[in-house]
Amino acid sequence: MNLEQFINSSLGRKTVMAATGLFLCVFLVEHLYGNLLLFFNDGGVAFVQYSHDAVHSIIIRSIEVFLFVAILLHIVQATYLTRQNNNARPVKYAVYKVGETSNWFSRNMGITGSLIFFFIVVHLWQFFLPYRITGEIGGEGQMNVAQAVKLAFQNGWYVSLYVVSVAILSFHLNHGFQSAFRSLGLNSRKHAQLLSLAGSFFAFIIVGVGFASFPILFYFGIAGSTI
Amino acid sequence: MNLTLKVWRQKNEKDKGAFVTYQVDGISHEMSFLEMFDVLNERLIQKNEEPIAFDHDCREGICGMCSMFINGRAHGPWTRTTVCQLHMRAFKDGETIVIEPWRAKGFPVLKDLMVDRSAFDRIIAAGGFVSVNTGNPQDANCLPVPKHDADESFSAASCIGCGACVASCKNSSAMLFVAAKVSQLALLPQGQVERKQRALSMVAQMDAEGFGNCTNTGSCEAECPKGVSLTHIARLNREYLMANIAE
Repeated sequence: MNLEQFINSSLGRKTVMAATGLFLCVFLVEHLYGNLLLFFNDGGVAFVQYSHDAVHSIIIRSIEVFLFVAILLHIVQATYLTRQNNNARPVKYAVYKVGETSNWFSRNMGITGSLIFFFIVVHLWQFFLPYRITGEIGGEGQMNVAQAVKLAFQNGWYVSLYVVSVAILSFHLNHGFQSAFRSLGLNSRKHAQLLSLAGSFFAFIIVGVGFASFPILFYFGIAGSTI
Repeated sequence: MNLTLKVWRQKNEKDKGAFVTYQVDGISHEMSFLEMFDVLNERLIQKNEEPIAFDHDCREGICGMCSMFINGRAHGPWTRTTVCQLHMRAFKDGETIVIEPWRAKGFPVLKDLMVDRSAFDRIIAAGGFVSVNTGNPQDANCLPVPKHDADESFSAASCIGCGACVASCKNSSAMLFVAAKVSQLALLPQGQVERKQRALSMVAQMDAEGFGNCTNTGSCEAECPKGVSLTHIARLNREYLMANIAE
């Protein structure tokens, strides 16, 4: 395989975007599985155990490296491609009704992507970094991770930020999921509609409803009463 | 119909260009958009003014020459229509219509509404052909081609190379055009010999011409006067990936 030629071509770069994007989708499913343990009425024991295992597992830590590399590659390629795309039309149209032929979210993946990146930074800062470095959260063994989550979701501002970010992520994935399959060549006339539906289901139901349920249910006291 | 036209006028490739406003009266609903331009040009010539340069040829919707960006849409407001098949009944009396040339780095403006689309010719010259001698037409069914493949190939072959895909794409990407040309031959027996090299060469030429990258927004498919499908873009991605792996 002529990797250099492939990776430097427009289609090769899109393939990298697609592959890293889908890898991050797999991570989202794994993350959702972990979060769902919070809904067990066991005082958060399963979730605490899961978080502990995740930090101490060599396998998870190795995958973690790939995860950060994937995020980095996704951003680097997106930036490069966006710059190229902006240069591809030096004189802009005076009237350009592109909204009549395509969806806003499909055209502004850079904006939604940047907002998601901002949320990832906030999210990692709050939960991942302190726990990952010190093995504790909220200082000197005062709280376990489940309690830290419950505390964070008492804050209306954080709950709003979380829900809005998940909504943005859903729209990003609604375009990204089926688009990634096309970029990888895994789409045909027969399966196009099915893939589009599967993408919307994944984006809005699995990721959207899935992740947004935690802050909402915790904030209104519907979940986490035993934690 | 009485119309106000804001038309892009540009003397040559180096000129900066600007919009010029024309009042056009007495236009019939039955005229095509290009016929309306003919009327305007006749009047400009009578006034000793330079007529507006615009591309056109067959005026039957099959040659792909007409290339106007009308009121923010490639080939105007109707779907699956070239400018020559766009009729003035698509507009209201008294309406202001803004007409621009295709805008893309790969399509430099030559004059007024005419752009240089030879980048497409160079992409075709890079690999969009069959160089084996296939001889005279074979007897029917002598060389069986599955019906599905024949239909897919034909749908790709309906591309007239007008450039509306590039013009309408927010990234000025030529993916739909290249995808159609690669698909058309990749699906037929005659195209198999050069199948891999074709995908590699045509994509390399497309990148060299300065077109943007496909972000799957679907504007190209929506604006294509022949309805060439995004499915072919998926096939091009597949062909290119497989060709690189095989190399």
